[in-house]
Amino acid sequence: MNLLELNGVTKRFGGITACKEISFGIAPGQIMGLIGPNGAGKTTAFNLITGVYDLTGGTILLEGKPIQGARPDEIVQWGVARTFQNIRLFRNLSVLDNVCIAADLHETYSLSAALLRLPQVSRRERAIREQAMEYLAAVGLEERAALRADSLPYGLQRKLEIARALALKPRLLLLDEPAAGMNPEESLDLARLIRRIHEEYQLTTLLIEHHMDVVMALCEKIFVMNFGVRLAEGTAEEIQTNPDVLKAYLGEGYKRAGN
Amino acid sequence: MLDYISGVITFSLIYVIATVGLAIFTGFTGLFSLGHAAFFAIGAYTAAILTYFYDVNFWLALAAGGAMSGLVGFIIGYPTLKAKLRSDYFAIATLGFGEAIRVLLENLDITQGARGLPGIAAETTLPVTLAVAVLTIWVARNFVSSRQGRAAIAVREDFVAAEMMGIDLFAVRLRSLIFSAVCGGVAGGLFAHYVAFIQPSMFTAYLSTQLTAGVVAGGMGSITGPVLAAVIFVALPEMLRVANIWRLVAYGLLLVGIMIFRPQGLFGYQEITWRSCRNFWKRLTGSRAEPAKGGQG
Repeated sequence: MNLLELNGVTKRFGGITACKEISFGIAPGQIMGLIGPNGAGKTTAFNLITGVYDLTGGTILLEGKPIQGARPDEIVQWGVARTFQNIRLFRNLSVLDNVCIAADLHETYSLSAALLRLPQVSRRERAIREQAMEYLAAVGLEERAALRADSLPYGLQRKLEIARALALKPRLLLLDEPAAGMNPEESLDLARLIRRIHEEYQLTTLLIEHHMDVVMALCEKIFVMNFGVRLAEGTAEEIQTNPDVLKAYLGEGYKRAGN
Repeated sequence: MLDYISGVITFSLIYVIATVGLAIFTGFTGLFSLGHAAFFAIGAYTAAILTYFYDVNFWLALAAGGAMSGLVGFIIGYPTLKAKLRSDYFAIATLGFGEAIRVLLENLDITQGARGLPGIAAETTLPVTLAVAVLTIWVARNFVSSRQGRAAIAVREDFVAAEMMGIDLFAVRLRSLIFSAVCGGVAGGLFAHYVAFIQPSMFTAYLSTQLTAGVVAGGMGSITGPVLAAVIFVALPEMLRVANIWRLVAYGLLLVGIMIFRPQGLFGYQEITWRSCRNFWKRLTGSRAEPAKGGQG
């Protein structure tokens, strides 16, 4: 059974159809790419999966259970985490606190215990911080834990977003253009990081990305969108030779230039 | 004279209790309220009515005042926060709420309308107020450094991202509102038993504004900052009483000055701790040789 399954997912904003009859599935453990020109509806698809927008039509199944109409925080609790295209860190807080807030998701001590600061709360707080440090170490940020999040350089902010998403202990990780604004070298470095955490944390990953070298290096399956509809679907090989995709997105010269 | 000083301190501490509650709501959860005088009034009237008409024990009455305020906070918070009213819209809803409560108090029989309740037992003393204030600050500090407090801070910083961290915005906002309402209610109860006479006109939008101004001027995201601001805002106009109507001008100037020179509030996100005091002292005494840092207000 697929971990995530979209069936005929449609979203209209007034007269504009941002997503029309989108259907795809991701098997557990897969890394899938979602590509297409700007404005194709990729981020809208993410917002639909994570409950930020309500669907106009269709169904979204997580492990066979419909999740459309649920609140974003409920969907997160069911094991879906994401990063944002336009980085959304808690900018005034420390790097460590950013991850702690995510790690809190699985913490259970009660409000009354917290208000009275019972000894167990201090203990649990230490454990949360240690856990958060582990996630920071996973993306190589442990030495910057005490810095303010917005003092990090751009590339590291993206890594912090990934660490924060990991701390939610998701099964499905949605990455929205994690390599945006990076040079080819940095983006390949990031691709290696994504591969490593994907395996280490046994994730299923859905990735929006414009850097084709990242997409082709990582994704077993690629779904191409254009103007809100499905343009193509297949393996990296198939997508790179698909005439529609070359015409609408990659460019006719892609194959020659790429190899 | 000593009585006068202890009176001013008691009065300041009553404000501190209400302001700390509001600091959790506005400073740490990021919602603005222009109607918190209502919670103050509800606490004051509930506690006063209980001791005045029913001879209830003062401490029980105080707790009942807090509980009643919390309950009303829940009733007003549920629909407004569920509807995801945000920032200015929510503030306007609270403004209406504050006025509605005042009008209600003016027209109920049990509150004796605009005549008010005279002769309430004067049970509030400086030690009592100090104890409650310390307890409130301690609990607020515990809250802020807990996972529930972090969730509130996350909501203030970026509620979309907070939702993506699995945080239920509604629950977090409602929790903070109830906390601030309870603090306001307890402060109101202390107030009623300190001045021994309450009437609805004491709890106008002016009081609400003063509370919110304390939080904003003290620093959003700080507890000690608003505590200090609350003390200044009560004590300063008191001390300036000799200057007659000019004291209100001074008060206004102070507020404007803070907003111009310290838009993040006196303490911003910082807390006053032993360490920060020591650093400040070092800066004062030993910083002559060092070049002055730019932008330090």
